[in-house]
Amino acid sequence: MKFIDEYRDPELGKRLVARIRRKSTKPVRLMEFCGGHTVAIAKHGIRQLLPPTIEMLSGPGCPVCVTANADLDKAIALAAVPDIIVTTFGDMMKVPASRSSLQQAKAEGGDVRIVYSTQDALDIAEANPTRAVVFIGIGFETTAPTVAASVVQAEQRGISNYYVLSQHKVCPPVIKALLDSGEVKLDGIVCPGHVSAVIGSRPYDFIPKDYGIGCVVSGFEPLDILLCVEMLVDQIEAGHPTVEIAYKRGVRVEGNRTALELMYRVFELCDGNWRGVGIVPGSGLKLRPEYGRFDVEKAFEISPGEPIEPKGCICGEILRGVSTPLDCNLFKGVCNPEHPVGPCMVSSEGSCSAYYRYGDGYGG
Amino acid sequence: MAVSRWDRRSSPTSPVEHEETDKMCLAIPALVKSIDGVEAEVEIGGVSRKASIMLTPEARVGDYVLLHTGYAISVVDEEEAQETLELLTELVEAAEDV
Amino acid sequence: MEDKVLLAHGSGGKLSHDLISDNLVPFFDNALLNRLDDSAVFELSGRLAFTTDSYVVNPIFFPGGDIGRLAVCGTVNDLAMSGASPKYISISLIIEEGLPMADLRRVVASIRDAASEAGVMVVTGDTKVVDNGSADKLFINSAGVGVVPPGVDISGSYAKPGDKVILSGSIGDHGMAVMSRREGLQFASPVESDCAPLNGLVAAILESGAEIHCMRDPTRGGLASTLNEFASASQAGIRIEEGAIPVKEAVRGACELLGFDPLYVANEGKLVAVVAPEGAGDLLDIMRCNRHGADAAIIGEVVSEHPARVVMKTAMGASRIVDMLVGEQLPRIC
Repeated sequence: MKFIDEYRDPELGKRLVARIRRKSTKPVRLMEFCGGHTVAIAKHGIRQLLPPTIEMLSGPGCPVCVTANADLDKAIALAAVPDIIVTTFGDMMKVPASRSSLQQAKAEGGDVRIVYSTQDALDIAEANPTRAVVFIGIGFETTAPTVAASVVQAEQRGISNYYVLSQHKVCPPVIKALLDSGEVKLDGIVCPGHVSAVIGSRPYDFIPKDYGIGCVVSGFEPLDILLCVEMLVDQIEAGHPTVEIAYKRGVRVEGNRTALELMYRVFELCDGNWRGVGIVPGSGLKLRPEYGRFDVEKAFEISPGEPIEPKGCICGEILRGVSTPLDCNLFKGVCNPEHPVGPCMVSSEGSCSAYYRYGDGYGG
Repeated sequence: MAVSRWDRRSSPTSPVEHEETDKMCLAIPALVKSIDGVEAEVEIGGVSRKASIMLTPEARVGDYVLLHTGYAISVVDEEEAQETLELLTELVEAAEDV
Repeated sequence: MEDKVLLAHGSGGKLSHDLISDNLVPFFDNALLNRLDDSAVFELSGRLAFTTDSYVVNPIFFPGGDIGRLAVCGTVNDLAMSGASPKYISISLIIEEGLPMADLRRVVASIRDAASEAGVMVVTGDTKVVDNGSADKLFINSAGVGVVPPGVDISGSYAKPGDKVILSGSIGDHGMAVMSRREGLQFASPVESDCAPLNGLVAAILESGAEIHCMRDPTRGGLASTLNEFASASQAGIRIEEGAIPVKEAVRGACELLGFDPLYVANEGKLVAVVAPEGAGDLLDIMRCNRHGADAAIIGEVVSEHPARVVMKTAMGASRIVDMLVGEQLPRIC
């Protein structure tokens, strides 16, 4: 498949790895902020290929994992309302919230439907004019524009029963919050791939400028990730932190203007509640007043109840890179994909899920 | 020796329309085969599907786009793709001279 | 003849009788079934294998097959995986009221064709009709009985370090074929279900003289789940090479599009065998001569390291765990 297979060439990979090994002299810690990278790194065994000088940590890049229980509870409360059809991406179904999950709500009679695209949700809304159809909007700047597009399309098509529960977040503020916390010392950042296709690379300019840390936007195939790591190693060895794009075929410096405009036409920034990190100002997206009629929380009264955090779950620390899944007492025992305690285990992009499915990245 | 096992073939009958997959960051390069307004037909590995180009109105038939949850979020820059590959190959060849 | 199946067709009266005599029996036309007695009575000697399966695939018609073909091949294959030569099967239909008669006849014709291809006889059956909404179009149960030749002893727990792991062909075809009808995907080169009876291939495998330790068809849960079952039952490790596993281009495309991993997608016409190393090469050649083993490949081996775990060497040269499928990747796939 074009633009995929070429970046999986094992020969090029081997030799690129050898080159990285030769260049990397100082121990460095790199963090990725994208669930897709978490999975790709685990699936292709990148940690195994890299020299011991390079440590790769996962940050809060999984949109499902970073959604706080208080917000997840709202989605579940919606499923309990009789005339509401809840539409969601599949990732959300099994995520445990305070008392239940969307899957459980469905088993208890809630009309919860998994969709591949917001377009499917719009079709469901058109096909069910007497019922309200809510789309659970989870995701960063890759997904938020598609939800914005669906709102605009609903307007154009005269669909009046389509709503959105916006739990969208934007990435750069949380990267800043993590760097400010100083909890984990980082030497380089692997910037998200598809978020950057939308926002470009300029939003990361503050990182080398204010923190002296370099960042490189990475793609998802093994050669993409290795190239990104090499570029970061070069920056670190030369003591020259800057913003670079390794994923040039997908990401431009200015990003996707159309997508950004659409996103900010429909949404505006607000506080975001990040599991494990807390409230980060200006990191969430909510519907603008002129699109208020699509806001499900304005149209329906829902009582999600008080949020409850699971005992013993260290998803928060894992999301901040302070711990890895191997440090969690619940990992693999009590907490596993069939019976997840926290979202990092059940989300397809969660660290714990990646470690569980593919091993610790060292072949074990 | 009599061995019996409950068959693994049984499936639940819950009418779940879709299933959990690596979705949230997933965007794959697909070829634009045809365009009708803001709708396009895209193809990957011989498999085709409809997609919205609302976010990439500049896309043309013959372009590759990154497809995410039914929307094209970026047009693949084929020149850059080629350059990256050349860079990778050059680096590797240069490394071998060392 | 009615054009839709009605509740009355299941009541046991005249309409039921007509349903059976017009739409079922003529398709099979064998001495045992034609008697329409309460049971089929026959003689079979030797060690017997007996299996049953229910089929609830949605949709009932998909590229490369349908629920009828699946009902025969699935049961035939379960018998074959124990080394048995399948002989007789039963077919029980649970029909949702309103199913078009033409669809029913199409499914039954498919059952006939599959049974003929497999060389088995449908000797007994049952039909029930339920209210609209109580079943989804059509559910089928089939049971089957076969004879295991003397000396054949196959079990998931017999894998030994040094054994080779052989896969009979490409993976992911069936699951993606079914998905293609559900998702509304259009396929330029349509993915077809690989649904097929494997008893012929198995007979060739058993005759080859190779020492067969384990054999199973990787249906729901895919190749990954079956290998994990072997590893766990045998308390041995299994190492496979990503590059050696055949996957059709269109299946890879569909999997990329939907975010699936072919390792976990259901197959209905493939088998994976664990065999002693000495005969593996010759066995591969024999399998490749059979139409259902044309793309057979040695994909890995059994090792003493990491017992009960399956590890895959990726194209990039790293190793990673291949875990059991957790949760439901593709519901109602068979």
